Order: sequence, then C-alpha cells, then structure tokens
Amino acid sequence: MMLKLRVDNQEIEAREGKTLLQACLDNQIYVPNLCYLEDMESPSASCRMCFVEIEGTPQPVPSCTVQVKNDMVVKTDTPAVRQLQRTALRLLLSVHDVDCKNCHANKKCELQNIAKFLKVGLKPKRLERYLKETLIDETHPFLIHYPNRCVLCGKCVHICRGKHGESVLTFARRGFDTIISTYSATDESSLTCGDCDTCVKACPVGALAVKESS
Amino acid sequence: MSPDNRKNIDIKFNAIRKEAEKHRNEFRDAPVPKIHIGMATCGIASGALETQKAFKEALVENDIEARIHTVGCFGHCYAEPVVIIDHPDSGFPPIFYHEVTPGKAKMLVKLFLGGGDPRFEHVYGATEENDMIPSVTDFSRFNQEKRIVMEKCGRIDPEDIYDYIAADGYSTLVKALKLDPEEVIKEVTHSGLRGRGGAGFPTGRKWNLAKSVTDQEKIVICNADEGDPGAYMDRTILESNPHQVLEGIAICAYAVGAHKAMVYVRSEYPLAVKLVTDAIQQAEKLGLLGKGILDSTFDLKIDVFQGSGAFVCGEETALIRSIEGYRGMPQHRPPYPVQKGLWNKPTVINNVKTLASVPPILDHGATWYRSIGTQNSPGTAIFSIVGNVVHAGLVEIPMGVSLRTLIFDICGGIQNNKKFKAVQIGGPSGGCLNEDFLDTPIDFDSLTEAGAMMGSGGMVVMDEDTCMVEVARYFLDFTQKESCGKCTFCRIGTYHLLKILERLTKGEGLEGDLELLETLSQDIKAGSLCGLGKTAPNPVLTSLKYFRDEYEAHIKEKRCPALMCRPLTAFYFDLELCARGCDACATCCPVDAVFTTSNRKKGVDQELCVKCGECLVACPPEYDAVRKVSPPDLVPYIEKPPEKEKKDVK
Repeated sequence: MMLKLRVDNQEIEAREGKTLLQACLDNQIYVPNLCYLEDMESPSASCRMCFVEIEGTPQPVPSCTVQVKNDMVVKTDTPAVRQLQRTALRLLLSVHDVDCKNCHANKKCELQNIAKFLKVGLKPKRLERYLKETLIDETHPFLIHYPNRCVLCGKCVHICRGKHGESVLTFARRGFDTIISTYSATDESSLTCGDCDTCVKACPVGALAVKESS
Repeated sequence: MSPDNRKNIDIKFNAIRKEAEKHRNEFRDAPVPKIHIGMATCGIASGALETQKAFKEALVENDIEARIHTVGCFGHCYAEPVVIIDHPDSGFPPIFYHEVTPGKAKMLVKLFLGGGDPRFEHVYGATEENDMIPSVTDFSRFNQEKRIVMEKCGRIDPEDIYDYIAADGYSTLVKALKLDPEEVIKEVTHSGLRGRGGAGFPTGRKWNLAKSVTDQEKIVICNADEGDPGAYMDRTILESNPHQVLEGIAICAYAVGAHKAMVYVRSEYPLAVKLVTDAIQQAEKLGLLGKGILDSTFDLKIDVFQGSGAFVCGEETALIRSIEGYRGMPQHRPPYPVQKGLWNKPTVINNVKTLASVPPILDHGATWYRSIGTQNSPGTAIFSIVGNVVHAGLVEIPMGVSLRTLIFDICGGIQNNKKFKAVQIGGPSGGCLNEDFLDTPIDFDSLTEAGAMMGSGGMVVMDEDTCMVEVARYFLDFTQKESCGKCTFCRIGTYHLLKILERLTKGEGLEGDLELLETLSQDIKAGSLCGLGKTAPNPVLTSLKYFRDEYEAHIKEKRCPALMCRPLTAFYFDLELCARGCDACATCCPVDAVFTTSNRKKGVDQELCVKCGECLVACPPEYDAVRKVSPPDLVPYIEKPPEKEKKDVK
C-alpha cells in the first residue's frame, strides 16, 4: 500500500514498511547517512547522521529507525537536526586521516559529500584530532584496511555476513579503541573471500581496498 | 488453575513447609548458643571466613557447644565482619557485634559463651528491645530503614532453602499460582511498582505488554549485570536471599505466561553465581521450580547466564545480543524487548530489586505497598552508599526520604568531621548534586528534575577534599572505556570530553573549554543510540552547573580548590613549625625529594616530588609543618644546600 507523507513541505509517496530515510532518498530528498543499508532487518542506526524532525516527536530521530506512516509531517532541515549532524560529522572527522588526494575514495567519498552538503570544513576547528597508531593494516591476505579512514559504519561486516553466512570482518575492542578487525584470519584456504570485493564496494569512505597482489 | 489443581498446590506446599519448620525448630530450640555470621562478599572481604574459623577453633578449644549459622549481608558494611550471638542461657538478648576479628571471636567464645560476660565494650547493640543493653534500633541506621526487599537479608542462610521457606518464603508464589495471571498483573500494576534498574518503567505495564502476546513463547530475564562503580545492591540481594529473587521471577513468569527464565549475572560475582545456581537446584528438587511446579500445570525452567564483564550489557538490548552470542552492542529501540527480545521472542527484563519486590507486594497487597514511599514512586529504594560517609553500606529506605536524612541521620554524616561537598547518584549516568539539593526527596521524578537520576542505587558521598573536575574525569574515563563503540557520539564524543577533562586536571585547560564541554555534552545526550551514551555526559553537565567556579579555577588560575589534582598542587614545609633535626618526612619519602636545609630543617625538591602526600601523614602532629597548596607557584622558595660530594662507601 502506498502511503502519503509530507517531507519539507513536499508531498511524497512511499510503500508501507519502508523506512523514512529510504522514502526520502527514493524521492530525491537527501538525508546524510553512512551506515544505512536497505536490506537490513533492523537498522544499525550507528552513524547518527540521518536525523530528521517528525511532527509530534519532541527530539530529532534517526530516520532509518522510523517506518513511514500516512500523513507524517517531516522536516529534514531544522537547526536541531543540523546541529546534531554537524557535530556527528565533526566527531568523525576528528578521528579521520584527512588526506583526500592520496585516498582512492577521493571524490566518491561519503564524508566529502556530507561535509559539502552540511557546509562543514574537513578540518575540525574546535576539536583535537586523534589518529590511531596503525595507519595501514595489511594482515589480511586479500584486504587492506585503513583504520584512520574507517567510520565504523559496519556495512562491511553486515554485507559479508549476508553473503557468506559468517563475516570475515568484525568489530573488535571497546570504546574509542573500537576497530574493524579480521581477528588475524590469515589462513587463505579457510577464507571465503575469493574474488569477492563486496565489502570494499560497500565502504563509504575508502577504508578497505583489495590488495593488488591478490 | 482448576480448583483441584489449587488444592494440590496447597497440599504439596504444606508438606514442604512442615519440613522447613521442622528444620527451623530443631535449630531454634537446640539448647545451645547460636552464632550468626554475615558471609556475603563484603563480609568475606573483611575477614568473615577467618572469623568463622576462629569461632570453630575456639569452640573446640574451650569445649563449648554452639551452632554457627552463616547468613548473608545485613547491609552494615562499615561494621563487617558482623556477628550476632544469641546466648539465651546468659540472660542477655541476641547481641550484634561489629568488626569481629578472629581475636575478638576467640575472646567472645571464652568470655561470653564460656563465662556469660558479653564484653560490653565490644557490644554494638542488642537486636531486640530489653532492659539490659541498648538496642540497635536506637540508632537511626537501624530504625529509619524500611526493609521490604532486604527484610530477610542477613537473617537467613542463603544456602538453605528451608531457612527461606520457614520465614514464609515461596508462600506468595503459592498465592499467585492460585490466582489468575491477570489478577497477579493487576495487583502489581496497582502497587505502582516501577523498574528498579534505573529507568523506573511501570512493572505492571511491562508485564501486561508481554501477557498480551499470546501466540509466542515468552522469556523472563532477571538483570543482575550490575556494573556501576561502587554499587552492589543486586549482588548483596543475590548473595543474601537468592530465593526471594527466584520467587519473584517465578511469579512474573506465571503472570506473563513464560516457561523459560534467565538470571543474567556478571561473572565478576562468583559467589552470587554460585548461590543462585545452588538455589535454583534446591528449588527444583523440592518442586518449587521446574516441571509442574507444586504439582500444578505451570512449568518454569530458570537458567543462569554469566555476563562477561561489559558494562554496556546491562542495557537490555545489548544484554540480549550477548546471550545470543553476538558482541554486546545495543540495538535501536523500538522494537522493545517486550515486543521482540531474546531470539526474537517477547522478553520481560526486570532488575533484581524489581523482582525481589514482587513477593512482598503480593504478600501484603498493593494498597500496603502504595502506602510506603511517594505518590509516583511507591515502595522503597535501596542504595549502596559509599565514599566519605561514616556508615557506608546498603540502606533500604522508603521513597521520599530526603538526601539529608539519608546521608546525615541514617549514614552518620561525613567522615572525620569534614564538610559535605557533593553526592553522586545514579552511577556514571547520574549527576553530582551540591548541598542545595540535600532536601530533595529521593524518588524517580525529583532526582531526574535535579539533573541526577535514581539509577539502580549507587550513591557516592564526597567531602570537601574532592575535586569535582576530577570526579567528572573519573566517570568519563569509565563510560568511555565501557562504550561499545557502535555509535559516533558515544564512541568519539565521550573521548573528546574525557580528553578535555584530562587537560583541565593537568592545568592545561583553555579558554572556551567549558563551552565546548557543554555543547558537546548536549549533543551526545541528544544524539547517542542507547542509554549509556545518552546519560554519559550527566556527571559533566551537573558538575559544570553546580561547581562551575571549580572548573574556572582550573582554567584561569591553574588552581585545584580541593587540592586533589596532582599537577596543580605542591607540598612544602613551614619552616616556622618544622622541627630541627626531625627526619620523619625524609625517611618516608619514596623518591628522596626531601632535603635538609642549612639550619637542619626540611625542604621539598619540587622537581623530584611526586606529590604522594606521605610527608603530610608522617609529620608528627605536634609540628604539623607540611603544607599543601594550589597552584604550585604558591610554594615559598627554600634554598637547597649544594649536595655534598658523596664518599664512596663500599
């Protein structure tokens, strides 16, 4: 069943069961997002980017966690929404190795897109920059991981698990030290990777790359 | 249940109860003295095992017959090891002894049990009113408490199910089984019981939501993943009276229609894990749990699941993920666990204290429960009060008692006659309140309004020597390390907060840091995914609000008003007071920072000093010459004589 809702004073239609974020994106209303994948059973909601305000809800909510309803009135561009999005982006950039010209994701990078959209500079002004010691993790036989580019959206983990039943990549450690890790899965014969580069393609920021030798 | 079924339940339970009473009477009527020893983790940590051993040895040595009865925690942790000696032949009532060391134990066996002299100088009080010795109920620590959940804690042996049954245990499960599940939920709803894990969600409503799902298997989980620093309410209850929690779980499961339940307890609580596991086995053996409980048609299997040490797993969605075998990361709510929980089944998750409140509520009725506490927060609150307070420990009070009564009357005020400075309620998610809030009533809504929160019951009392910037840094260090790392605000935002606070405590604060702390905190609160991130900035926000001048002193004057932040303090010796030739400070300095001046007094080499404060302790009180100051440049210059050439000593 198609439902009708109002987003930014524009009438849009969306199929019942869709997330509000998906409905916006399908109707060319851009809402910044990093961790959202349409096929997820429950949204990760971890990047905290896709905030919108819904009439009747006091605070901004991540639009990936909301299902469309008839007559919903939504605003994607309020000061409170932008404040949260800009802070989230600045936090991500404060731990990001901004070296765009040497990054293979340059010009296709979601962080660049969002920064441009939100009019936020890539160098965070007020926040200190904290980078991890490991610049490049090459322990995996097929993949290269750049911890200081990773935004920990978890798309690679989810997509790998979806395709191969279990994920080669997973989260490790806690708090600020959380990283994407292969848990030293270095035995080529036991890895399901083969020619698969789904995780690399899913990465929104160029934190994963296929090793050239493989 | 059918009438026949109900009759069977009574017949079966009465037989068990008779057996329990037989056990109790045999113990009670034995014509020998009884020694009750508090043997929960707090007691054991204070040496209760050694005390128990000493009692046993002394009884043999003096050839005295007595019964040793190990019980749980009385809640009087400041007094551990706690022993109650009941020696009717002496003519005295049962007597409460505190801090019973092995030496004291041997002495009491010889002189009290052997000679009938209770040694008045060691008596804390009698446990009942009498004409001979003051009763403990004369103390407000005893008489202002209202024990509902902890009523049996410290009175019964947690390892003996008969002890609990003889004290009316499991009788409310019997009562519940004879009611319709709807009636049980109605009673709990009427009681106004709110979740004691911290959020205060109405328990009856949660149960009703679970009950309304009819086509699926349901699960009940008891959340005992207590992780707040300094909080140990759930541990103590599980260690002192596990059966009351199990009874609460069974009633809940019966009410919502679940046949599977779990106790999620952290593995750092080995004694609680053991006691709960044993308790389940005992209850199953007697037919109080398991298949066909008390010959009724109700089955319930309770399992124990050990958490692996992540604080965030106390959050219900992360708790569920961890049982399912995934990394303990919270999920977005809704769906709430009661709609879609463990293995996608409707799951009721209640805190230990919530479930342990259920048997007394069903026993005495919802109206009785409502008469305790306040309109919107009925019942009692259990706090583990720690910090600079005289009578630290576990306290159960009616909701609505003021912080002042709790801290100053019940817990005896601040140690060493120091001034009260702040109280931190609700653990790392809570807030620091100053003395303006001492008359705030303790209930869910008043504390939230003040900027703190009820939380699960952790309360840290701080005196004037505590630096609030350092306290905020401590809690942020904790939450940052315990963040699961999933969402941006919590993972990176709290790290920035921590780094700024670290800077402040080192005297490296910058103009604008406070504003940055504030805006960042607000955004983390509004933007985080789960309760951990949403509440992590609370210690920063409340301390900034109520102790702002202290933050400003750290930035503008590089001064720590409480003299706590080491980089901002320094020691020196007042040469007017320093005694010539005295070496007390020099001998204890671990880094040889104390030097002797030309007139044989002492000075501190500020380059070498690590600010441990040992000299302050060592300086004899008649001189009291050590001064601690902040900022460090207040230290007067004291000339260090040139070092004499050391002769080679071989």
